[in-house]
Amino acid sequence: MRILKPSDIPATEITPREVYLKRRQFLAGMAALAAAPALSAPAPPAHGARLAGIQASRFSTSEAKTPFDAVTTYNNFYEFGTGKSDPAENAHTLKTRPWAVAVEGAVKRARVYDIDELLKLAPLEERIYRLRCVEGWSMVIPWVGFPLAALIRHVEPTGNAKFVEFVTLHDPRQMPLQRSSVLDWPYVEGLRIDEANHPLTLLAVGLYGEVLPKQNGAPLRLVVPWKYGFKSAKSIVKIHFVEKAPLTTWMKAAPNEYGFYSNVNPQVDHPRWSQAKERRIGEFFKRETLMFNGYADQVARLYRGMDLRTYF
Amino acid sequence: MRLPPTLTRRQIFWGKALAWLLCLAPLARLVLLGLNGGLGANPIEFITRSTGTWALVGLLATLSFTPLRRLTGLTWLIRFRRLFGLFSFFYACLHFTTYIWLDQFFDLAGMASDIVKRPFITIGLSAFVMLIPLAATSSQRMMKKLGRNWRRPHSLTYLTASLGVAHYWWLVKKDITQPLVYACVLAILLAMRLPACKPRKHRA
Repeated sequence: MRILKPSDIPATEITPREVYLKRRQFLAGMAALAAAPALSAPAPPAHGARLAGIQASRFSTSEAKTPFDAVTTYNNFYEFGTGKSDPAENAHTLKTRPWAVAVEGAVKRARVYDIDELLKLAPLEERIYRLRCVEGWSMVIPWVGFPLAALIRHVEPTGNAKFVEFVTLHDPRQMPLQRSSVLDWPYVEGLRIDEANHPLTLLAVGLYGEVLPKQNGAPLRLVVPWKYGFKSAKSIVKIHFVEKAPLTTWMKAAPNEYGFYSNVNPQVDHPRWSQAKERRIGEFFKRETLMFNGYADQVARLYRGMDLRTYF
Repeated sequence: MRLPPTLTRRQIFWGKALAWLLCLAPLARLVLLGLNGGLGANPIEFITRSTGTWALVGLLATLSFTPLRRLTGLTWLIRFRRLFGLFSFFYACLHFTTYIWLDQFFDLAGMASDIVKRPFITIGLSAFVMLIPLAATSSQRMMKKLGRNWRRPHSLTYLTASLGVAHYWWLVKKDITQPLVYACVLAILLAMRLPACKPRKHRA
């Protein structure tokens, strides 16, 4: 082995002192870089295309709206993961065009609608609704959509149509969590026909004046503001008019915890937690939960004479 | 990397300094995320989950020292156990404070009904209460004072960890993957303490 004397190393090969000292800066920089994604706010969510010709609605609340970022990054959409930020991260695999919605069952004019046809079915309205999740948090969301009743009129239900069943897309290639058995797929929800026909019941295609983000249930979802959020099925591919109450996904998952009605009710607790209060996303103090999520004046008559503890 | 069979005082000191840094990292992360607006749309839920998780992780880490010592034969490992146990208690305190302050905002009636009616809150609170005497008797002085009797209250750790896992299991809506992981780790740690798994003391 040749041993070099200091003089054998050409001066050009010697790392200049400044560069040598920069090594520390470089290491510190690398450490900061490694820590950065974990320790800072995630990138703001992308915005979708604007929807044209939206009308205001008398059903809108004047309460402060939950910011777009919170509405589109804090979601329950188990098809894309059970964590709140999972849907925003994973829903990009969903393909919302072409999209067909089969409207069938006890109707005179059963047919398959293309999503772009549905968008022109009725004038689009902005409906600023409160949303109360069964988990105890709430938001105020400016949905864009049209009343489900408008679609129901088109298909002319027969006398046998007592309930409406809503089915979410079932395609594990687009919805990766459907490969797991955390819920029994596809996601199924249901309403009584009078609930479905109620003027508050909305088929939403957008929010904040934009095309519905995938993590919020694009391209078509239900919004039933006086019921817990999970009643409002997302990414709907089938609307089925039936005679008997459908067995919904959450009723199958935990029949003692989730009933068919699932109306927001501060007096009827979830078996494992209280429903008396809620945390409005963005607020520090919890607020009292309102009967029927504050829509009692409009919907209480639907449940007259019913024991809401039995029909939870 | 091979670990030495004995440590010098200096090595113990630096080992403990490293353990402190490790144990403070989750808190530092929460503070940094809080300053950068990275706690998400529901920061109080984030803090509650995070502090609860680290209390449980700390408890399981504490329980792993005895089996680890037996597997590796490194007796000095046990000198780091108390530090992890106390940090678990520290995160449990933060978790409890988050619940009564940030989540409930000292709503006594709400908390009382939670404790009576919600099994997951009841067992979570029991687990926390049981940690208090363990933390209080963790000092060298108390160890000397209690002598052989020291071990008895400290076997409560097994129960506390089990309650902690049950607390987590009971609060999730549907996806039990995470609590299941903790339950499995706990089951392994407890199984390693069964007489059948222990090495015989006197061998011919």
